[in-house]
Amino acid sequence: MILIVDMNWKKDSIGFYEFVLPIAAVAQKLDNYFVRHYFDLTDEDLKECDRIILSGTALKDTATLSHLEKFRWLKETEKPVLGICAGMETLGMVFGARLVKCVEIGMTPITNITENPLLSGDYTAYSLHSYCVEASGIFEVWAQSKKCIQVMKHKNKKICGVLFHPEVRNPEILKRFITVF
Amino acid sequence: MRLGVLFSGGKDSTLALHYAAEKEEVVCLITIVSKNLESFMYHTPNIEVTSLQAEALGLPQLTKTTEGEKEKELLDLEDAISQAAEKFKIEGLVTGAIESVYQAERVQRICYRLGLWCFNPLWKHDQKALLEKLLEKQYEVIISGIFAYPLDEKWLGKQIDTKLINRLVNLQLKYGISPSGEGGEIETTVLDAPQFKKKIEILDSTIEARGNSGVFNIKRARLVPK
Repeated sequence: MILIVDMNWKKDSIGFYEFVLPIAAVAQKLDNYFVRHYFDLTDEDLKECDRIILSGTALKDTATLSHLEKFRWLKETEKPVLGICAGMETLGMVFGARLVKCVEIGMTPITNITENPLLSGDYTAYSLHSYCVEASGIFEVWAQSKKCIQVMKHKNKKICGVLFHPEVRNPEILKRFITVF
Repeated sequence: MRLGVLFSGGKDSTLALHYAAEKEEVVCLITIVSKNLESFMYHTPNIEVTSLQAEALGLPQLTKTTEGEKEKELLDLEDAISQAAEKFKIEGLVTGAIESVYQAERVQRICYRLGLWCFNPLWKHDQKALLEKLLEKQYEVIISGIFAYPLDEKWLGKQIDTKLINRLVNLQLKYGISPSGEGGEIETTVLDAPQFKKKIEILDSTIEARGNSGVFNIKRARLVPK
């Protein structure tokens, strides 16, 4: 069972169509899933799922960064977590990494730094972000663009972040997260 | 949130408007009239009909004409969105993009520069399901342009119904045509939609077609009660 966390600035927003449904479309082919807005997440939700995907948001939507207290569960969970864009920025901050201004919009060349289970080789991906996560001792860098870290993994947990939007042109990353990670 | 919709009068921008209006306040339409019939960015057939559609929707429309030169047309788009932001105090823009990264990233960049939100409520949705959504919501949509093999003039002016959707899906399987016309294979014109207060009646039309390229030109039309 996959839990998709709706990271949009409010529940039942117009952003749901664009940032949650495309993830759900990939997930539903592989497993059962359910969606919760981050304001509504309960302990039961976190118990019920096997893995968790944090959605991205619109470029101007940085609401989750002002509600980090809603993501304390990230420090306790042992389940695999994938944070996409705003999801990666949020989980980065929860674990103490810093965000810096960094704008990338559109197809972006990505270089893998290390072999990893999400995607091998170099590729291009659709970016839509105005911040990035600074390098820290907490996360391993798995892939980067010319400007910033694009894929990272917590050194001690099965928690990773992808700054680009894999649901747009790289759905195999979501598939591997769901089936292999 | 006050939103403007990048509106071409086709099924995608009309359906995007529909979704946007269910969640936020749509306050204006922004329409780019391109003189370039092969524009990469903008829908071109029957763009004049958008003024009737705007009236049917009860929304003010801001139109801007562009020569349609690649990239220069983006400056015209930015100018139009900027005018809408000033005139109608919009905080965000809605587009009907489904798959085109080319269009989406250009509009996202413009919105970023102007400090506006950008929403694409049809983004990455299943194209057949979107076509079926039009029928479910009782849209009346006709094919107003064809621009790919093996489409021909027999498609022009046809209303989108279950049979036509199945034919488009078959063409996708056989020729790789995008069923929603996202690759510019077809263009559409919406004659009626749930949010229209009146519907469009076509009084006079012509078909101009050559091989696998053609348009259904609405010469005269009017709004009539639904």
